[in-house]
Amino acid sequence: MVKRIPVGAHYGLRDWLVQRVTAVVMAVYAVVLFLVLLTQRPSGFEAWKALFACQWMRLATLLFLLSLFWHAWVGMRDILMDYVHATGARLVLQVGVILLLVAYGLWSIQILWSIN
Amino acid sequence: MKFRIYRYDPEKDSSPYMKDYDVALEPSDRMLLDALVRIKSQDDSLSLRRSCREGVCGSDAMNINGKNGLACITKLADLREPVELRPLPGLPVIRDLIVDMSQFFKQYHSIRPYLRNEEPPPERERLQSPAEREELDGLYECILCACCSTACPSFWWNPDKFVGPAGLLAAYRFIADSRDQATNDRLDDLEDPYRLFRCHSIMNCVDVCPKGLNPTHAIGKIKEVMVKRMV
Repeated sequence: MVKRIPVGAHYGLRDWLVQRVTAVVMAVYAVVLFLVLLTQRPSGFEAWKALFACQWMRLATLLFLLSLFWHAWVGMRDILMDYVHATGARLVLQVGVILLLVAYGLWSIQILWSIN
Repeated sequence: MKFRIYRYDPEKDSSPYMKDYDVALEPSDRMLLDALVRIKSQDDSLSLRRSCREGVCGSDAMNINGKNGLACITKLADLREPVELRPLPGLPVIRDLIVDMSQFFKQYHSIRPYLRNEEPPPERERLQSPAEREELDGLYECILCACCSTACPSFWWNPDKFVGPAGLLAAYRFIADSRDQATNDRLDDLEDPYRLFRCHSIMNCVDVCPKGLNPTHAIGKIKEVMVKRMV
């Protein structure tokens, strides 16, 4: 095993772009949600349920959540790269984060489509 | 004028300490380096690097009242007393204000900071249009004083993997050069989560650069060229 530190993984641009694109998606969703809440002013459980029963609202929310999870993955990996130096521990933590975020994604779908 | 200077001689001191100085300055002492030279004439054990004393060589970079800068072009009149001087942060201290810059230069060399052109050199010189030459403004002026890289947390964390603002500014200087033919190679080399993408654009480098350069802008340009190549 080489003692030197190998660098040159040849990725990074995609993640950097993803971080920016998902940030825009989240910002747009936040503005849209704000406007929807402002115009419809849902009060009470029934009104909220009706709002999220619309297919477009579900899809928009899902897009937002998936963007959030993908964005979180890029950020979490950055943190782990900076602070966890043992390769094995870093790999385990990264895989853990991926599995957790995928689980969150699936759970989000279940929650959003259970409303009817 | 009062100074507090970081002192450490690994052969004598078990740990670094701050030493207070109170020096009477002459009217001709205008820059911080003048004061340091005066302090050194009283206490010759104080070690520091300096050479051109006019902001061209980049030898006397240090942490001045918490901000990196060149002593020779920092006006004494602008400094709050006591002036606290420390070596550049994040690099191993050799003695007092002198740091070991090997890691910094290693990163600089890693971007292959020279023109790469396979064509046989012309009789006189490789010509550029004024517009092509203009592309290099704000890039070629770097004096490698290391103020920027040693102000960058990403460089503190990963000095062995992250090229750092100075190296990346130089990298873009050659990517932007119309006479250089290795653009693709250079981009391939930098396309890496550590070498380039440890930069999170916090702009400490821009804040401290004594030559008023903008490494963050250059790094953004590198990313722009990469996106152009990919999309």
